[in-house]
Amino acid sequence: MAEASLPTTALTDSDAAHPAVRRAFGLSVSATLIGIAVLVAVGFLSAISGAAGLPVGGIFASLFDWVPLIGVESSLSDQQESILFEIRLPRLVLGMLVGGSLAVAGASYQGVFRNPLADPYLLGVSAGAGFGAVLALGFGLDLGWGPFDTVPAAAFLGALVAVLASMAIARGGGASPATLLLGGVAMAALFSAAQTYAIQQLDENRAREVLSWLFGQLNTTGWKEIWLLLPYVAVCGAVLHVHRRHLDVLRVGDDEARSLGLDPVRSRLTVIVAASLLTAAAVSVSGLIAFVGLVVPHIVRLLISHSYRVIVPLSALVGAAFLAFVDIGARTLLAPEELPVGILTAFVGAPFFALVLWRDRWSTT
Amino acid sequence: MSTTGQLEAPSQAGEAPALSCHGVRVSFRDHEVVCGVDLELDPGEWLGIIGPNGAGKSTLLRSIVGLADYSGAIALGDGQAPGAADVALVPQFPVLPKGMTVAEYVLLGRTAHLGWLARESQADRQIVSSVLHRLALTAFADRFVSTLSGGEAQQVVVARALAQQCPVLLLDEPTSALDVGHQVSVLELVDDLRRTEGLSVLAAMHDLSAAARFADRLILIDHGRIVAQGTPAEVLNADLLSAVYGTPLTVQPIDGELVVLPASRRHDKEPS
Repeated sequence: MAEASLPTTALTDSDAAHPAVRRAFGLSVSATLIGIAVLVAVGFLSAISGAAGLPVGGIFASLFDWVPLIGVESSLSDQQESILFEIRLPRLVLGMLVGGSLAVAGASYQGVFRNPLADPYLLGVSAGAGFGAVLALGFGLDLGWGPFDTVPAAAFLGALVAVLASMAIARGGGASPATLLLGGVAMAALFSAAQTYAIQQLDENRAREVLSWLFGQLNTTGWKEIWLLLPYVAVCGAVLHVHRRHLDVLRVGDDEARSLGLDPVRSRLTVIVAASLLTAAAVSVSGLIAFVGLVVPHIVRLLISHSYRVIVPLSALVGAAFLAFVDIGARTLLAPEELPVGILTAFVGAPFFALVLWRDRWSTT
Repeated sequence: MSTTGQLEAPSQAGEAPALSCHGVRVSFRDHEVVCGVDLELDPGEWLGIIGPNGAGKSTLLRSIVGLADYSGAIALGDGQAPGAADVALVPQFPVLPKGMTVAEYVLLGRTAHLGWLARESQADRQIVSSVLHRLALTAFADRFVSTLSGGEAQQVVVARALAQQCPVLLLDEPTSALDVGHQVSVLELVDDLRRTEGLSVLAAMHDLSAAARFADRLILIDHGRIVAQGTPAEVLNADLLSAVYGTPLTVQPIDGELVVLPASRRHDKEPS
């Protein structure tokens, strides 16, 4: 029945699809390759920067030697190799994973809430995750179970409570995207207060430890944090990638989306759960790193496309490159001291975001 | 969505209607907006729904596409409840997202044909290309929908509905925001598609003269009830329309078409 009345007459002469139609399908190969090239370049830059002053040639040789099937003699000493492989690279990879996760989560929230200002922080998701993680960390519930430890679980619980509560508040207020965001702001305030109270109850050493984590740090102990984060990135990233098409349908509003054949409630809930889990996992390894989820999707939108088919995957690449790049500054600006990377992303992100707002005046949905 | 009832008698001709409503009622809180509407849309037919603002025209269309909870039965020719792959709606005030290209917008019409986790295929790309080609919109494919003029935008919304590949097209006052030239061209476009693609059209229409010109049959709704139905010549009765719309109207044939006009104001000014 459905196929009965198609404009078959025109089908014959459409074998050469208009470039705009091809573009409508999503990210082009060339844009993907440029994104990957930028990410790799930032990766190399990060690998050769640092307080230890490793020789650049040796780093490149070691990195290529690391790749299977390539054998290169490296000039690095064993100690230098372990700085590279046990300190710099894990931190670089963690920065990329966290940056990509926060950017994709931010892009997804912007899509489901049809609001360019939606972001894990504004929605209270990060505060909720932070509160959960503070409880688990501060009261010694870190059991060392990797990805299935209590810290990410508690963070996820906090994140989900925060986002569902803001949705419930919004439902009372007519369920518009704006009331939902305001509900998120209320939840963020509540969870931040609860977080502060919880930290106050800790003894001084633990409190300092938790606070320094809370600032947003990419501190690694070998590859442990990466193994913790990776399963979440893989599963949630795949879910969000598959749903990027739904985010484009949601742009025309719930009523039209439904008349087009999409269940907006189901799509929205799936995306919210996946984005919140991804945020929670990122928060539980790196604390609160602000602005990545807000700024990165905007950069993609300004430079490439407003389509979530493009924004979601490209935000992963740009977010990864962005945080890895900012972390170079965090490690080197005050060397040998370190800046919390979350403070630097705010320093970079806030003026950028103000500029975007000033230039576009809210017209970036 | 509501109950699907098997409909008793298909139309006499033996051909099942493309869409039928039986005893459809829609209430918002305690207020009944649609009060038991029966209608049958024949395949290839243009059925116009007319009536004053708030008569329940839009609500009836919304209930057909599942956007309003209703009681009664709404069914396709095969007795199934209509879904997004069967009935396409051209909304009265379509949302035109900022930064979305015409091609991306038309592609949204393919949503109903995709599984939850699927993505569009080569076939979908061809359908979008051919729809753009069919409506002479190829040159617009890269433009942002939010920057189009009212007439262009309405064509793009029709294009999206066409990409939805539904045998039944619902129009909700599709031309209320357009000047008279674009009103005619959008309605002619739909009429043309109806003939070439064999679509059935159910349209809520504001402009009674346009309704007379394009519709095969008209249904006049007032306060949620059908008060008259039949050919335009039967339904467009000056006394009936004046009563329903609450203002004196006249119906005049001009060049073989019925034209509905407000009655001359001189009558009002005559001393009684």
